[in-house]
Amino acid sequence: MAPTYVLLALLMVLPMVMVVRFALMDNVIVNRDPVFVGASNFLRLLGDRTFQISLGNTLYFTVMSIAFHLLIGLAFALLLNSSLIDPLLRGVLRAVYIVPWMFTATITAVIWRLLLNPVGIVNFTLQALNIAAANIEWFSSSTLALHALTFVNVWAGYPFYMVSLLAGMQGIPDELYEAAKIDGADNVQRFRHITLPHLTPIIVSIAMLDFIWTMHLFPLVWMTTGGGPGRSTEMLATFTYKLAFTTFDFSLASASAVIILIVSIAVALLYIRYQRASDERGAP
Amino acid sequence: MTVTLHRKRRTMALITYLGLAAGLLYAGFPVLWMLFSSLKSNLEIFAVPPRLIPREITFGAYRAIFSDRVKLRFFLNSYVVATAVTLLTLVVATLAGYSLSRHSFKLKRHLSLFIISTQAIPPITLLIPYFGLIVALGLYDTYFGLIFTYMVFTLPYAILMMTGYFNTVPRELDEAVRVDGGSDLLALWRVLVPVSIPGVVATGVYTFLLAWNEFLFALTLTRTTEMRTVPIGIQQLMGQHAFEWNQMMAMSMLGSVPILGVYLVAQRYFLAGMTAGSVKS
Repeated sequence: MAPTYVLLALLMVLPMVMVVRFALMDNVIVNRDPVFVGASNFLRLLGDRTFQISLGNTLYFTVMSIAFHLLIGLAFALLLNSSLIDPLLRGVLRAVYIVPWMFTATITAVIWRLLLNPVGIVNFTLQALNIAAANIEWFSSSTLALHALTFVNVWAGYPFYMVSLLAGMQGIPDELYEAAKIDGADNVQRFRHITLPHLTPIIVSIAMLDFIWTMHLFPLVWMTTGGGPGRSTEMLATFTYKLAFTTFDFSLASASAVIILIVSIAVALLYIRYQRASDERGAP
Repeated sequence: MTVTLHRKRRTMALITYLGLAAGLLYAGFPVLWMLFSSLKSNLEIFAVPPRLIPREITFGAYRAIFSDRVKLRFFLNSYVVATAVTLLTLVVATLAGYSLSRHSFKLKRHLSLFIISTQAIPPITLLIPYFGLIVALGLYDTYFGLIFTYMVFTLPYAILMMTGYFNTVPRELDEAVRVDGGSDLLALWRVLVPVSIPGVVATGVYTFLLAWNEFLFALTLTRTTEMRTVPIGIQQLMGQHAFEWNQMMAMSMLGSVPILGVYLVAQRYFLAGMTAGSVKS
Protein backbone atom coordinates (compact mmCIF):
# COMPACT_ATOMS: atom_id res chain seq x y z
CA MET A 1 0.00 0.00 0.00
CA ALA A 2 2.78 2.37 -0.91
CA PRO A 3 0.40 4.99 -2.34
CA THR A 4 -1.17 5.51 1.11
CA TYR A 5 2.25 6.20 2.52
CA VAL A 6 3.23 8.54 -0.24
CA LEU A 7 -0.03 10.43 0.25
CA LEU A 8 0.35 10.57 4.03
CA ALA A 9 3.95 11.67 3.79
CA LEU A 10 2.83 14.35 1.38
CA LEU A 11 0.07 15.50 3.72
CA MET A 12 2.55 15.73 6.59
CA VAL A 13 5.67 16.95 4.83
CA LEU A 14 4.14 19.45 2.44
CA PRO A 15 2.41 21.45 5.20
CA MET A 16 5.67 21.61 7.07
CA VAL A 17 7.49 22.92 4.02
CA MET A 18 4.70 25.47 3.67
CA VAL A 19 4.93 26.59 7.27
CA VAL A 20 8.72 27.01 7.05
CA ARG A 21 8.25 29.08 3.90
CA PHE A 22 5.61 31.23 5.62
CA ALA A 23 8.01 31.78 8.50
CA LEU A 24 10.64 33.20 6.15
CA MET A 25 8.22 35.59 4.44
CA ASP A 26 6.30 38.61 5.53
CA ASN A 27 2.55 39.24 5.32
CA VAL A 28 1.67 35.76 4.11
CA ILE A 29 -1.93 34.63 3.50
CA VAL A 30 -3.33 38.09 4.25
CA ASN A 31 -1.20 39.84 1.61
CA ARG A 32 -1.13 39.03 -2.06
CA ASP A 33 2.59 39.59 -2.55
CA PRO A 34 4.57 38.34 0.41
CA VAL A 35 8.25 39.26 0.53
CA PHE A 36 11.16 37.11 1.60
CA VAL A 37 12.57 38.42 4.87
CA GLY A 38 14.94 35.66 5.96
CA ALA A 39 15.25 35.08 9.68
CA SER A 40 13.77 38.39 10.74
CA ASN A 41 10.52 36.81 11.98
CA PHE A 42 12.52 34.48 14.20
CA LEU A 43 14.63 37.33 15.54
CA ARG A 44 11.53 39.39 16.25
CA LEU A 45 9.98 36.45 18.10
CA LEU A 46 13.02 35.67 20.20
CA GLY A 47 13.11 39.28 21.35
CA ASP A 48 9.39 39.36 22.08
CA ARG A 49 8.57 39.45 25.78
CA THR A 50 5.31 37.47 25.41
CA PHE A 51 7.12 34.76 23.46
CA GLN A 52 9.75 34.50 26.20
CA ILE A 53 7.07 34.30 28.88
CA SER A 54 5.19 31.63 26.90
CA LEU A 55 8.38 29.63 26.50
CA GLY A 56 9.06 29.81 30.23
CA ASN A 57 5.47 28.89 31.11
CA THR A 58 5.44 25.97 28.68
CA LEU A 59 8.71 24.67 30.08
CA TYR A 60 7.52 24.95 33.68
CA PHE A 61 4.13 23.42 32.87
CA THR A 62 5.66 20.54 30.93
CA VAL A 63 8.41 19.66 33.38
CA MET A 64 6.16 19.89 36.44
CA SER A 65 3.45 17.85 34.71
CA ILE A 66 5.91 15.10 33.82
CA ALA A 67 7.40 15.04 37.33
CA PHE A 68 4.02 14.75 39.05
CA HIS A 69 2.58 12.38 36.46
CA LEU A 70 5.51 10.11 37.20
CA LEU A 71 5.31 10.54 40.97
CA ILE A 72 1.58 9.88 41.23
CA GLY A 73 1.51 7.26 38.48
CA LEU A 74 4.34 5.35 40.15
CA ALA A 75 2.77 5.63 43.61
CA PHE A 76 -0.58 4.31 42.39
CA ALA A 77 1.06 1.53 40.39
CA LEU A 78 3.02 0.45 43.48
CA LEU A 79 -0.10 0.53 45.65
CA LEU A 80 -2.08 -1.49 43.12
CA ASN A 81 0.77 -3.96 42.71
CA SER A 82 1.00 -4.56 46.45
CA SER A 83 0.55 -8.18 47.48
CA LEU A 84 -1.46 -6.96 50.47
CA ILE A 85 -4.66 -6.28 48.54
CA ASP A 86 -6.92 -8.86 47.01
CA PRO A 87 -7.18 -9.18 43.22
CA LEU A 88 -10.86 -8.21 43.00
CA LEU A 89 -10.33 -4.96 44.93
CA ARG A 90 -7.25 -4.32 42.79
CA GLY A 91 -9.32 -4.61 39.63
CA VAL A 92 -12.01 -2.23 40.90
CA LEU A 93 -9.51 0.36 42.13
CA ARG A 94 -7.52 0.18 38.93
CA ALA A 95 -10.68 0.88 36.96
CA VAL A 96 -11.47 3.93 39.12
CA TYR A 97 -7.92 5.29 39.05
CA ILE A 98 -7.97 5.28 35.24
CA VAL A 99 -11.13 7.40 35.08
CA PRO A 100 -9.54 10.91 34.96
CA TRP A 101 -7.76 9.91 31.76
CA MET A 102 -10.99 9.31 29.91
CA PHE A 103 -12.32 12.80 29.75
CA THR A 104 -11.48 14.95 26.83
CA ALA A 105 -9.57 18.10 27.76
CA THR A 106 -12.61 20.35 27.34
CA ILE A 107 -14.59 18.30 29.84
CA THR A 108 -11.67 18.09 32.27
CA ALA A 109 -11.48 21.87 32.05
CA VAL A 110 -15.20 22.30 32.75
CA ILE A 111 -15.13 19.90 35.73
CA TRP A 112 -12.24 21.74 37.35
CA ARG A 113 -13.67 25.15 36.64
CA LEU A 114 -16.63 24.08 38.74
CA LEU A 115 -14.52 22.49 41.50
CA LEU A 116 -12.05 25.39 41.64
CA ASN A 117 -14.72 28.05 41.29
CA PRO A 118 -14.14 30.82 43.88
CA VAL A 119 -17.35 29.70 45.64
CA GLY A 120 -16.82 26.05 44.74
CA ILE A 121 -16.30 22.91 46.77
CA VAL A 122 -12.48 23.09 46.93
CA ASN A 123 -12.48 26.56 48.49
CA PHE A 124 -15.31 25.58 50.82
CA THR A 125 -13.34 22.54 52.03
CA LEU A 126 -10.12 24.50 52.47
CA GLN A 127 -11.93 27.06 54.60
CA ALA A 128 -13.79 24.45 56.59
CA LEU A 129 -10.43 22.84 57.40
CA ASN A 130 -8.98 26.28 58.25
CA ILE A 131 -6.34 25.97 55.53
CA ALA A 132 -7.51 29.04 53.66
CA ALA A 133 -8.98 32.20 55.16
CA ALA A 134 -10.92 33.44 52.13
CA ASN A 135 -12.08 32.29 48.70
CA ILE A 136 -9.12 31.71 46.42
CA GLU A 137 -9.32 32.79 42.77
CA TRP A 138 -7.49 29.77 41.36
CA PHE A 139 -7.75 30.52 37.67
CA SER A 140 -7.96 34.30 37.76
CA SER A 141 -5.00 35.04 39.99
CA SER A 142 -1.82 35.71 38.03
CA THR A 143 0.30 34.02 40.69
CA LEU A 144 -1.85 30.89 41.08
CA ALA A 145 -3.27 30.20 37.63
CA LEU A 146 -0.22 28.40 36.23
CA HIS A 147 -0.05 26.14 39.28
CA ALA A 148 -3.79 25.44 39.15
CA LEU A 149 -3.49 24.57 35.48
CA THR A 150 -0.56 22.25 36.16
CA PHE A 151 -2.52 20.60 38.96
CA VAL A 152 -5.44 19.91 36.62
CA ASN A 153 -3.14 18.54 33.94
CA VAL A 154 -1.49 16.24 36.48
CA TRP A 155 -4.91 14.89 37.42
CA ALA A 156 -5.82 14.27 33.79
CA GLY A 157 -2.56 12.60 32.80
CA TYR A 158 -1.19 10.37 35.59
CA PRO A 159 -3.25 7.26 34.62
CA PHE A 160 -1.22 6.79 31.45
CA TYR A 161 1.91 6.42 33.59
CA MET A 162 0.10 4.25 36.10
CA VAL A 163 -1.15 1.80 33.47
CA SER A 164 2.22 1.58 31.71
CA LEU A 165 4.21 1.20 34.94
CA LEU A 166 1.80 -1.36 36.38
CA ALA A 167 2.17 -3.44 33.21
CA GLY A 168 5.94 -3.10 33.58
CA MET A 169 5.86 -4.19 37.23
CA GLN A 170 3.80 -7.24 36.42
CA GLY A 171 6.47 -8.27 33.94
CA ILE A 172 9.20 -8.45 36.59
CA PRO A 173 9.86 -12.10 37.53
CA ASP A 174 8.89 -12.97 41.12
CA GLU A 175 12.11 -14.97 41.53
CA LEU A 176 14.10 -11.74 41.61
CA TYR A 177 12.18 -10.52 44.64
CA GLU A 178 12.39 -13.94 46.32
CA ALA A 179 16.15 -14.01 45.86
CA ALA A 180 16.50 -10.48 47.22
CA LYS A 181 14.39 -11.41 50.24
CA ILE A 182 16.65 -14.34 50.99
CA ASP A 183 19.64 -12.01 50.75
CA GLY A 184 17.95 -9.84 53.40
CA ALA A 185 16.98 -6.89 51.19
CA ASP A 186 14.21 -4.69 52.62
CA ASN A 187 11.34 -3.10 50.70
CA VAL A 188 13.23 0.05 49.81
CA GLN A 189 16.26 -1.88 48.59
CA ARG A 190 14.12 -4.19 46.50
CA PHE A 191 12.43 -1.17 44.96
CA ARG A 192 15.73 0.55 44.21
CA HIS A 193 17.62 -2.43 42.87
CA ILE A 194 14.91 -4.48 41.15
CA THR A 195 11.74 -2.50 40.43
CA LEU A 196 13.28 0.80 39.39
CA PRO A 197 15.93 -0.57 36.99
CA HIS A 198 13.24 -2.65 35.27
CA LEU A 199 10.95 0.33 34.89
CA THR A 200 13.58 2.81 33.71
CA PRO A 201 13.16 2.10 29.96
CA ILE A 202 9.39 2.54 30.26
CA ILE A 203 9.76 5.72 32.31
CA VAL A 204 12.17 7.26 29.82
CA SER A 205 9.91 6.42 26.86
CA ILE A 206 6.68 7.71 28.34
CA ALA A 207 8.34 10.81 29.78
CA MET A 208 9.59 11.75 26.33
CA LEU A 209 6.19 11.15 24.76
CA ASP A 210 4.59 13.11 27.57
CA PHE A 211 7.01 15.98 26.97
CA ILE A 212 5.91 16.19 23.35
CA TRP A 213 2.20 15.88 24.17
CA THR A 214 2.23 18.35 27.06
CA MET A 215 4.20 20.90 25.10
CA HIS A 216 1.56 20.75 22.36
CA LEU A 217 -1.37 20.94 24.75
CA PHE A 218 -3.91 23.52 23.69
CA PRO A 219 -7.54 22.83 24.72
CA LEU A 220 -7.01 22.56 28.48
CA VAL A 221 -5.29 25.95 28.59
CA TRP A 222 -7.76 27.49 26.16
CA MET A 223 -10.74 26.30 28.20
CA THR A 224 -9.50 27.18 31.68
CA THR A 225 -7.51 30.41 31.50
CA GLY A 226 -7.13 31.16 27.78
CA GLY A 227 -3.53 32.13 28.57
CA GLY A 228 -4.51 34.71 31.18
CA PRO A 229 -4.85 36.46 33.45
CA GLY A 230 -2.50 38.77 31.59
CA ARG A 231 0.15 36.48 30.17
CA SER A 232 0.53 34.37 33.29
CA THR A 233 -0.50 31.06 31.66
CA GLU A 234 0.31 31.85 28.04
CA MET A 235 1.85 28.77 26.42
CA LEU A 236 3.65 28.42 23.11
CA ALA A 237 0.56 26.73 21.63
CA THR A 238 -1.93 29.41 22.73
CA PHE A 239 0.50 32.22 21.88
CA THR A 240 0.96 30.83 18.36
CA TYR A 241 -2.78 30.33 17.92
CA LYS A 242 -3.50 33.92 18.92
CA LEU A 243 -0.81 35.25 16.58
CA ALA A 244 -2.44 33.41 13.69
CA PHE A 245 -6.15 33.59 14.40
CA THR A 246 -6.71 36.69 16.46
CA THR A 247 -4.03 39.07 15.14
CA PHE A 248 -3.74 37.32 11.74
CA ASP A 249 0.03 37.67 11.75
CA PHE A 250 0.56 34.35 9.97
CA SER A 251 4.25 34.97 9.34
CA LEU A 252 5.11 35.43 12.97
CA ALA A 253 2.77 32.56 13.93
CA SER A 254 4.53 30.29 11.43
CA ALA A 255 7.91 31.20 12.87
CA SER A 256 6.61 30.33 16.33
CA ALA A 257 5.13 27.07 15.00
CA VAL A 258 8.49 26.20 13.44
CA ILE A 259 10.25 26.73 16.77
CA ILE A 260 7.78 24.35 18.48
CA LEU A 261 8.36 21.88 15.65
CA ILE A 262 12.14 22.00 16.06
CA VAL A 263 11.94 21.31 19.80
CA SER A 264 9.50 18.44 19.21
CA ILE A 265 11.68 16.87 16.56
CA ALA A 266 14.70 17.13 18.86
CA VAL A 267 12.84 15.23 21.60
CA ALA A 268 11.49 12.70 19.08
CA LEU A 269 15.01 12.03 17.82
CA LEU A 270 16.17 11.44 21.38
CA TYR A 271 13.23 9.05 21.79
CA ILE A 272 14.12 7.13 18.62
CA ARG A 273 17.79 6.92 19.61
CA TYR A 274 16.82 5.68 23.04
CA GLN A 275 14.47 3.05 21.60
CA ARG A 276 17.15 1.86 19.17
CA ALA A 277 19.73 1.63 21.94
CA SER A 278 17.41 -0.35 24.20
CA ASP A 279 16.47 -2.61 21.28
CA GLU A 280 20.14 -3.39 20.80
CA ARG A 281 20.63 -4.03 24.49
CA GLY A 282 17.59 -6.28 24.37
CA ALA A 283 15.93 -4.42 27.21
CA PRO A 284 12.28 -5.25 27.98
CA MET B 1 11.33 -10.74 66.01
CA THR B 2 8.09 -12.19 64.71
CA VAL B 3 6.16 -9.59 66.68
CA THR B 4 8.04 -6.71 65.02
CA LEU B 5 7.67 -8.34 61.61
CA HIS B 6 3.97 -8.72 62.19
CA ARG B 7 3.78 -5.12 63.32
CA LYS B 8 5.73 -3.96 60.29
CA ARG B 9 3.38 -5.82 58.00
CA ARG B 10 0.40 -4.23 59.68
CA THR B 11 1.90 -0.77 59.31
CA MET B 12 2.56 -1.47 55.63
CA ALA B 13 -1.02 -2.62 55.16
CA LEU B 14 -2.31 0.49 56.89
CA ILE B 15 -0.19 2.78 54.69
CA THR B 16 -1.26 0.89 51.59
CA TYR B 17 -4.95 1.17 52.37
CA LEU B 18 -4.66 4.84 53.32
CA GLY B 19 -2.91 5.49 50.02
CA LEU B 20 -5.55 3.57 48.10
CA ALA B 21 -8.33 5.52 49.80
CA ALA B 22 -6.61 8.83 49.04
CA GLY B 23 -6.31 7.73 45.42
CA LEU B 24 -9.97 6.86 45.29
CA LEU B 25 -10.88 10.35 46.48
CA TYR B 26 -8.40 12.04 44.13
CA ALA B 27 -9.47 10.13 41.01
CA GLY B 28 -13.14 9.62 41.72
CA PHE B 29 -14.44 12.66 43.57
CA PRO B 30 -14.22 15.19 40.70
CA VAL B 31 -16.12 12.80 38.45
CA LEU B 32 -18.80 12.11 41.05
CA TRP B 33 -19.13 15.84 41.59
CA MET B 34 -19.73 16.29 37.87
CA LEU B 35 -22.29 13.48 37.78
CA PHE B 36 -24.29 14.74 40.74
CA SER B 37 -24.01 18.39 39.69
CA SER B 38 -25.68 17.43 36.42
CA LEU B 39 -28.62 16.16 38.52
CA LYS B 40 -28.92 19.33 40.58
CA SER B 41 -31.03 22.36 39.93
CA ASN B 42 -28.85 25.32 39.09
CA LEU B 43 -29.74 26.91 42.43
CA GLU B 44 -28.19 24.04 44.31
CA ILE B 45 -24.84 24.04 42.49
CA PHE B 46 -23.13 26.44 44.89
CA ALA B 47 -25.38 25.77 47.89
CA VAL B 48 -23.80 26.28 51.31
CA PRO B 49 -23.01 23.86 52.81
CA PRO B 50 -22.28 21.92 49.59
CA ARG B 51 -23.85 18.50 49.17
CA LEU B 52 -22.54 15.80 46.87
CA ILE B 53 -25.91 14.08 46.52
CA PRO B 54 -28.52 16.67 45.56
CA ARG B 55 -31.35 17.43 47.96
CA GLU B 56 -33.68 16.90 45.05
CA ILE B 57 -32.59 14.89 42.03
CA THR B 58 -33.76 16.52 38.80
CA PHE B 59 -33.20 15.68 35.16
CA GLY B 60 -33.98 19.27 34.18
CA ALA B 61 -30.50 19.88 32.79
CA TYR B 62 -30.73 16.85 30.51
CA ARG B 63 -34.25 17.78 29.42
CA ALA B 64 -33.03 21.27 28.56
CA ILE B 65 -30.29 19.81 26.34
CA PHE B 66 -32.55 17.31 24.61
CA SER B 67 -35.06 20.02 23.78
CA ASP B 68 -32.44 22.39 22.41
CA ARG B 69 -31.81 21.87 18.69
CA VAL B 70 -28.52 23.75 18.79
CA LYS B 71 -27.08 21.49 21.48
CA LEU B 72 -28.38 18.32 19.84
CA ARG B 73 -26.68 19.43 16.66
CA PHE B 74 -23.28 19.44 18.45
CA PHE B 75 -23.80 15.77 19.28
CA LEU B 76 -24.99 14.90 15.79
CA ASN B 77 -21.90 16.58 14.31
CA SER B 78 -19.54 14.76 16.65
CA TYR B 79 -21.14 11.39 15.94
CA VAL B 80 -21.15 11.93 12.17
CA VAL B 81 -17.53 13.05 12.04
CA ALA B 82 -16.16 10.45 14.45
CA THR B 83 -18.10 7.58 12.83
CA ALA B 84 -17.06 8.56 9.30
CA VAL B 85 -13.43 8.95 10.33
CA THR B 86 -13.49 5.57 12.08
CA LEU B 87 -15.04 3.65 9.19
CA LEU B 88 -12.83 5.22 6.53
CA THR B 89 -9.71 4.83 8.66
CA LEU B 90 -10.49 1.16 9.33
CA VAL B 91 -10.97 0.40 5.62
CA VAL B 92 -7.74 2.09 4.57
CA ALA B 93 -5.75 0.81 7.56
CA THR B 94 -6.92 -2.77 7.00
CA LEU B 95 -5.92 -2.74 3.34
CA ALA B 96 -2.63 -0.98 4.02
CA GLY B 97 -1.85 -3.14 7.04
CA TYR B 98 -2.56 -6.30 5.09
CA SER B 99 -0.28 -5.36 2.26
CA LEU B 100 2.48 -4.19 4.60
CA SER B 101 2.24 -7.33 6.67
CA ARG B 102 2.22 -9.69 3.69
CA HIS B 103 4.24 -7.98 0.99
CA SER B 104 6.75 -5.18 1.22
CA PHE B 105 9.45 -5.88 3.75
CA LYS B 106 11.70 -2.95 3.00
CA LEU B 107 9.12 -0.44 4.19
CA LYS B 108 8.70 -2.10 7.56
CA ARG B 109 11.98 -0.90 9.02
CA HIS B 110 11.06 2.70 8.36
CA LEU B 111 7.48 2.32 9.42
CA SER B 112 7.75 2.88 13.16
CA LEU B 113 10.18 5.73 12.55
CA PHE B 114 7.58 7.35 10.34
CA ILE B 115 4.84 6.82 12.94
CA ILE B 116 6.91 8.34 15.73
CA SER B 117 7.69 11.30 13.51
CA THR B 118 4.02 11.93 12.84
CA GLN B 119 3.31 11.83 16.58
CA ALA B 120 5.97 14.46 17.15
CA ILE B 121 4.53 17.02 14.77
CA PRO B 122 2.84 19.75 16.79
CA PRO B 123 -0.84 20.15 15.80
CA ILE B 124 -0.39 23.91 15.93
CA THR B 125 2.33 23.64 13.26
CA LEU B 126 0.04 21.73 10.92
CA LEU B 127 -2.88 24.02 11.69
CA ILE B 128 -1.65 27.06 9.79
CA PRO B 129 -0.97 25.34 6.43
CA TYR B 130 -4.04 23.10 6.81
CA PHE B 131 -6.21 26.12 7.44
CA GLY B 132 -5.01 27.56 4.13
CA LEU B 133 -5.42 24.22 2.37
CA ILE B 134 -8.94 23.56 3.67
CA VAL B 135 -10.08 27.08 2.76
CA ALA B 136 -8.54 26.74 -0.71
CA LEU B 137 -10.29 23.39 -1.26
CA GLY B 138 -13.63 24.91 -0.27
CA LEU B 139 -13.88 22.51 2.69
CA TYR B 140 -13.92 25.21 5.38
CA ASP B 141 -16.86 24.78 7.77
CA THR B 142 -17.86 21.35 6.35
CA TYR B 143 -17.83 17.77 7.63
CA PHE B 144 -15.39 16.83 4.88
CA GLY B 145 -12.80 19.30 6.07
CA LEU B 146 -12.77 17.76 9.54
CA ILE B 147 -12.95 14.16 8.32
CA PHE B 148 -10.09 14.70 5.90
CA THR B 149 -7.77 16.32 8.47
CA TYR B 150 -8.58 13.80 11.21
CA MET B 151 -7.73 10.92 8.89
CA VAL B 152 -4.31 12.39 8.33
CA PHE B 153 -3.77 12.07 12.10
CA THR B 154 -5.42 8.71 12.66
CA LEU B 155 -4.11 6.76 9.67
CA PRO B 156 -0.39 6.44 10.50
CA TYR B 157 -1.12 4.86 13.84
CA ALA B 158 -4.05 2.82 12.64
CA ILE B 159 -1.93 1.31 9.86
CA LEU B 160 0.83 0.46 12.32
CA MET B 161 -1.65 -1.21 14.67
CA MET B 162 -3.29 -3.25 11.91
CA THR B 163 0.06 -4.30 10.48
CA GLY B 164 1.09 -5.47 13.94
CA TYR B 165 -2.06 -7.55 14.30
CA PHE B 166 -1.81 -9.10 10.85
CA ASN B 167 1.80 -10.02 11.56
CA THR B 168 0.59 -12.29 14.35
CA VAL B 169 -1.68 -14.23 11.97
CA PRO B 170 0.14 -17.16 10.34
CA ARG B 171 0.61 -16.78 6.59
CA GLU B 172 -0.54 -20.36 6.03
CA LEU B 173 -4.08 -19.22 6.77
CA ASP B 174 -4.40 -16.80 3.89
CA GLU B 175 -2.24 -18.89 1.60
CA ALA B 176 -4.79 -21.68 1.98
CA VAL B 177 -7.43 -19.37 0.51
CA ARG B 178 -5.19 -18.49 -2.42
CA VAL B 179 -4.37 -22.14 -3.07
CA ASP B 180 -8.11 -22.72 -3.36
CA GLY B 181 -8.21 -20.03 -6.03
CA GLY B 182 -9.33 -17.12 -3.83
CA SER B 183 -8.04 -13.59 -4.30
CA ASP B 184 -5.99 -11.55 -1.84
CA LEU B 185 -9.07 -9.54 -0.93
CA LEU B 186 -11.06 -12.69 -0.25
CA ALA B 187 -8.29 -14.00 2.00
CA LEU B 188 -8.25 -10.69 3.83
CA TRP B 189 -12.00 -10.49 4.27
CA ARG B 190 -12.74 -14.12 5.07
CA VAL B 191 -9.69 -15.11 7.06
CA LEU B 192 -7.54 -12.26 8.31
CA VAL B 193 -10.19 -9.79 9.40
CA PRO B 194 -12.26 -12.33 11.38
CA VAL B 195 -9.26 -13.55 13.35
CA SER B 196 -8.02 -10.00 13.89
CA ILE B 197 -11.24 -8.60 15.35
CA PRO B 198 -9.52 -7.53 18.60
CA GLY B 199 -7.07 -5.52 16.53
CA VAL B 200 -9.82 -3.98 14.44
CA VAL B 201 -11.75 -3.03 17.58
CA ALA B 202 -8.70 -1.53 19.31
CA THR B 203 -7.84 0.46 16.19
CA GLY B 204 -11.44 1.59 15.84
CA VAL B 205 -11.59 2.71 19.47
CA TYR B 206 -8.35 4.64 19.14
CA THR B 207 -9.59 6.36 15.97
CA PHE B 208 -13.06 7.15 17.27
CA LEU B 209 -11.81 8.67 20.51
CA LEU B 210 -9.20 10.76 18.73
CA ALA B 211 -11.86 12.19 16.41
CA TRP B 212 -14.39 12.60 19.22
CA ASN B 213 -11.95 14.51 21.45
CA GLU B 214 -10.22 16.70 18.88
CA PHE B 215 -10.40 20.40 19.71
CA LEU B 216 -7.91 22.64 17.93
CA PHE B 217 -8.83 21.82 14.33
CA ALA B 218 -12.55 21.69 15.07
CA LEU B 219 -12.23 25.15 16.57
CA THR B 220 -10.38 26.57 13.57
CA LEU B 221 -11.82 24.73 10.58
CA THR B 222 -15.49 25.31 11.41
CA ARG B 223 -17.22 28.62 11.96
CA THR B 224 -20.99 28.31 12.18
CA THR B 225 -22.82 26.95 15.21
CA GLU B 226 -24.40 24.27 12.96
CA MET B 227 -20.98 22.73 12.26
CA ARG B 228 -19.54 22.78 15.78
CA THR B 229 -18.66 19.50 17.51
CA VAL B 230 -19.23 18.70 21.20
CA PRO B 231 -15.90 20.00 22.58
CA ILE B 232 -16.37 23.33 20.79
CA GLY B 233 -20.05 23.37 21.75
CA ILE B 234 -19.07 23.07 25.40
CA GLN B 235 -16.62 25.93 24.97
CA GLN B 236 -19.33 28.09 23.43
CA LEU B 237 -21.79 27.30 26.22
CA MET B 238 -19.09 28.15 28.71
CA GLY B 239 -19.01 31.64 27.25
CA GLN B 240 -22.75 32.11 26.81
CA HIS B 241 -24.31 30.47 29.84
CA ALA B 242 -21.49 30.70 32.31
CA PHE B 243 -23.99 30.33 35.10
CA GLU B 244 -25.88 27.22 33.94
CA TRP B 245 -23.47 24.82 35.55
CA ASN B 246 -25.93 21.94 35.76
CA GLN B 247 -26.35 22.05 31.97
CA MET B 248 -22.58 22.26 31.47
CA MET B 249 -22.16 19.14 33.60
CA ALA B 250 -24.98 17.33 31.77
CA MET B 251 -23.32 18.22 28.45
CA SER B 252 -20.03 16.87 29.79
CA MET B 253 -21.69 13.64 30.93
CA LEU B 254 -23.35 13.16 27.54
CA GLY B 255 -20.08 14.08 25.82
CA SER B 256 -18.34 11.31 27.75
CA VAL B 257 -20.90 8.64 26.88
CA PRO B 258 -18.96 7.06 23.99
CA ILE B 259 -15.77 6.94 26.02
CA LEU B 260 -17.34 5.59 29.20
CA GLY B 261 -19.37 3.16 27.08
CA VAL B 262 -16.33 1.70 25.36
CA TYR B 263 -14.47 1.61 28.66
CA LEU B 264 -17.18 -0.31 30.45
CA VAL B 265 -17.96 -2.72 27.61
CA ALA B 266 -14.46 -3.41 26.36
CA GLN B 267 -11.85 -2.26 28.84
CA ARG B 268 -9.21 -4.47 27.30
CA TYR B 269 -9.58 -2.99 23.82
CA PHE B 270 -9.88 0.48 25.25
CA LEU B 271 -6.57 0.20 27.05
CA ALA B 272 -4.95 -1.39 24.03
CA GLY B 273 -6.13 1.53 21.92
CA MET B 274 -5.12 4.19 24.40
CA THR B 275 -1.70 2.90 25.41
CA ALA B 276 -0.82 1.98 21.86
CA GLY B 277 1.16 5.18 21.52
CA SER B 278 3.62 4.29 24.24
CA VAL B 279 4.36 0.66 23.72
CA LYS B 280 6.68 -0.67 21.09
CA SER B 281 5.06 -3.16 18.78
